[in-house]
Amino acid sequence: MSELLIKNACVIDPLNGINGDVMDIAIRDGRIVEDVGSSAEVIDADRCLTLPGGIDSHTHVCGTKVNFGRYMSPEDMRAGRTSRNGSMHVTSGYSVPTTFGNSYRYSTMGYTTLLEGAMAPLEARHTHEEFTATPHQDMMANTLFDGNWSVMEAVREKDVKRAAAVVAWILSAAKGFAIKLTNPGGTEAWGWGEDVSSIHDTVPYFEVTPAEIIETMIRANELLRLPHSVHLHCNNLGVPGNYRTTLDTMNLVPDLNSRRQSLYLTHLQFHSYGGTTWRDIDSRSEEIIRVVNASPHIVIDMGQIMFGRTTTMTADGPMEFKLYMLHHNKWSNHDVELETGSGIIPVYYSKKSVVNCVMWAIGLELALQAKNPWQCLLTTDNPNGAPFVKYPEIIALLMSKRYRDQECALLDPRTEKRVPLMAIDRELDWNEIAIMTRAGQSRALGIESLGKGHLAPGAEADVAIYPIRTTEIDPSAQFQQVMAGFSRTMYTIKRGRVVARNGEVIVEGANSTIWVKPRVSHEYDLGNDPEFAKKFQQYYTVRMRNYPVQETYLPRGVCIETEADL
Amino acid sequence: MKIEDVVCTFCGCLCDDLVVEVEGDMVVNVENGCTLANKKFMGNNRLKTPIKRDGGNWKKVGLDEAIQTAAGILLDADRPLLYGWSGTHGEAQTIGVHMAELLGAVIDNTSTVCHGPSIMAIQEVGHPGCTLGQVKNRADVIVYWGANPIEAHPRHMSRYTTYADGFFLKEAFRERKVIVVDIRKTETANIADEFIMVEPGADYALLSALRAIVRGKGDVLPRTVAGVEKEQLIRVADICMSAKFGAMFFGLGLTMSRGKYKNIRNAIELTEELNRHTKFTISPMRGHWNVYGSNEVFTWITGYPFAVDFARGIAFYNPGETTSVDILKRGECDACLVVGSDPGAHFPGDCCRHLADIPTIQIDPHVNATTHLSRLQIPVAVTGIDAEGTAYRMDGVPIRTRKVIDTTYPSDSEVLDKIYQIIRKET
Ligand code: SF4
Ligand SMILES: [Zn+2]
Repeated sequence: MSELLIKNACVIDPLNGINGDVMDIAIRDGRIVEDVGSSAEVIDADRCLTLPGGIDSHTHVCGTKVNFGRYMSPEDMRAGRTSRNGSMHVTSGYSVPTTFGNSYRYSTMGYTTLLEGAMAPLEARHTHEEFTATPHQDMMANTLFDGNWSVMEAVREKDVKRAAAVVAWILSAAKGFAIKLTNPGGTEAWGWGEDVSSIHDTVPYFEVTPAEIIETMIRANELLRLPHSVHLHCNNLGVPGNYRTTLDTMNLVPDLNSRRQSLYLTHLQFHSYGGTTWRDIDSRSEEIIRVVNASPHIVIDMGQIMFGRTTTMTADGPMEFKLYMLHHNKWSNHDVELETGSGIIPVYYSKKSVVNCVMWAIGLELALQAKNPWQCLLTTDNPNGAPFVKYPEIIALLMSKRYRDQECALLDPRTEKRVPLMAIDRELDWNEIAIMTRAGQSRALGIESLGKGHLAPGAEADVAIYPIRTTEIDPSAQFQQVMAGFSRTMYTIKRGRVVARNGEVIVEGANSTIWVKPRVSHEYDLGNDPEFAKKFQQYYTVRMRNYPVQETYLPRGVCIETEADL
Repeated sequence: MKIEDVVCTFCGCLCDDLVVEVEGDMVVNVENGCTLANKKFMGNNRLKTPIKRDGGNWKKVGLDEAIQTAAGILLDADRPLLYGWSGTHGEAQTIGVHMAELLGAVIDNTSTVCHGPSIMAIQEVGHPGCTLGQVKNRADVIVYWGANPIEAHPRHMSRYTTYADGFFLKEAFRERKVIVVDIRKTETANIADEFIMVEPGADYALLSALRAIVRGKGDVLPRTVAGVEKEQLIRVADICMSAKFGAMFFGLGLTMSRGKYKNIRNAIELTEELNRHTKFTISPMRGHWNVYGSNEVFTWITGYPFAVDFARGIAFYNPGETTSVDILKRGECDACLVVGSDPGAHFPGDCCRHLADIPTIQIDPHVNATTHLSRLQIPVAVTGIDAEGTAYRMDGVPIRTRKVIDTTYPSDSEVLDKIYQIIRKET
């Protein structure tokens, strides 16, 4: 039995309605409890800000394309390196750090749980191998279904149950967590070098539309009773005028779940552009957020960009090629048979580019205009908008109008006419930031019941203590302290154990991987379906029996079994 | 007993459809595999116990003593080199990297003498690729450039390209065009629709000529380029541009000929140009079954696919400096651990001489050329036969290899982990 007592913690725990109370937190064997004995180890939080461990609900840190981002970028590897130090391994990389680099940097920022944004089922084993080498966070994987042939066939047959059965089999096989759609239909079209340009275009050969794929998958998701909703990267990412596609998409969403949203739209900054070309691009955050504010069954994340160098990587192969045609730096692409695609290019976001300035403003506008912080979560779509180490700067920007004004003064002067940002006075408070960085993620991902994202007795003892006294600083003026405070915890506690102190990771980690296994009836178990097996054998280049990820790849797997309506 | 869906751990195709028949601890028959696979699964003459040099002779030693000796050699060294890794599973590669980190060693894999230049080209311009099933299901044009799959990857054409029926090509052999570029008429060239015989060392010029045509600048070309008629080049460029899905595969004939990484860069840029007209991908024909896995594992732990030097504490990569051949040529390393490869058969003579001068340890099931340069050899189980573990196919698809028989040999990871634990205690 191991016991820990955190004394004098200034706690913000939005899921339990605690907002700045100074209290003690008792921990036994990795869980929060009512109280502990007198021999418990004691940490004095000294009235500093104490939050549930951070949760990133959309980040790219592990798997085939992330690793290819490293592989092709020795210049990025050189741009951030540390040597072996105590229990810390060597790390390399700035925008696409090595797995240990990601894990240590997230940990010292107080993050204890991550959702990898995109995993191709065929290459899932790779993602899980890297999860094991990201030891300080519990990991989950969005599983890609955007171009899945069996799904599209079911959609064409208007057979939601069949689509759900496909998801159930693949999710269990890939040990994935949630349904991810990246440019649905577009990644299949990219198999022919094409793309779709609206949610009503048809996908070559399969004769289904993105709208049909999205709607079917939202329903299939609920049939399977998955913890998270469908996680969508809309069509037309990064295209001027794409806000219309985004609005069309949001209009499709039925409200099917009382506990959480029915659709999670990721990195919405990249999907809120007006204009017709790069010359006249402008912000449509107001139109977008108006719909979000009126749609409690929708949750979004920001996808904030920050100025500087980074690497873009996504399953959206056609988008990366378009981006490459603009930047002409280097370009990688990786289509995955029967399932999806991906692309990678390095970028530099510059304050001298009015397009980049507009993008920067839009992300902030989304967060500042969203009435309900539970509906707009803080992300950069790491590393697409910026590496996650920029989160503290984003928090500071959201909390301080003065800081925003200071930054806005440095932008391309044409920006002001194209974005509403300069006219927005709102400054977010500590509680709202806590929602946007952990509590909201926990609810949106459906992992509240696993004890994630809150600190009530029974919760997982993942805790972040920041060197910030909320009663003593004015974030509006002292934004530098906000930034510094969120960059480095005094203590990061993972499952009841102090894993990082003052910016240094002090133990070897032992994370879990959370995955979902929907239980379906015999009739809907595709493992018994000869037709499915036959097609698998014919068209995949891996045998069906060699496809599922063995449990040995999840040394500390946590399986959520759901009772599907199938 | 017959075991199905067995993974062949010989070449980068990583075929996973073998049917292997075993009797006791012997493989007695292999179905579906090519002759290389049969040789791998049916071959024996494994080394029985660890052996250690004792003056001019070999002496049998126990496993524990061998492990102690290996750890001692590595701990004593100032600049150890840990080389090989393409013939073992990912779990062993992981231990190798962590060991290198602790020792401040250089760790390098066989890419250093095969597709290293391809990796360097990718680091300059990227890599538009895909999984092999994408090719099988869609590609109506296949290009093999400086590659002879019939010899080196015997089932590549039947499983993934020329003869592989796919979803959009029900009669692949008739519907697909195959273009082969090589300096001689290989067996693969014999089945090509278009065979381009390029002058040795002139691939770069040929690629540039094709790029010019694709860009609409064919006029500037002379009547022949690199020994090839302009008409043929125009015809071939046309086939490529009118493909629905084209897939180029290149081998060491392009990577290791004059121009080296510049050739690959040019080929990638040609592929990129073709993508402005249609869909085109390019992929290296990776040789050893898990060489790509060693690139992947090295990359997620260190940031670099090969030639990683930990001497400064951080991970440092500079091909030409931190690559094994260069380190050996400079006589720089003072101990070497070889795992899952045979540098004695592939490295230049002066490198081999240096390997023989320093304490070289080999972890390998078989006696091979490197044995003769080594002071100590520890035989291990063969991954895919009597050990299992992760491998990455040439296109990056990760597959778990199977164990089909039980033997008393320890696996690579077991041996390496024992050495690692000793080193950990001492550092
Ligand atoms: S092609 Fe390669 S992997 Fe396939 S059976 Fe032959 S040697 Fe083995
Ligand atoms: Zn993303």
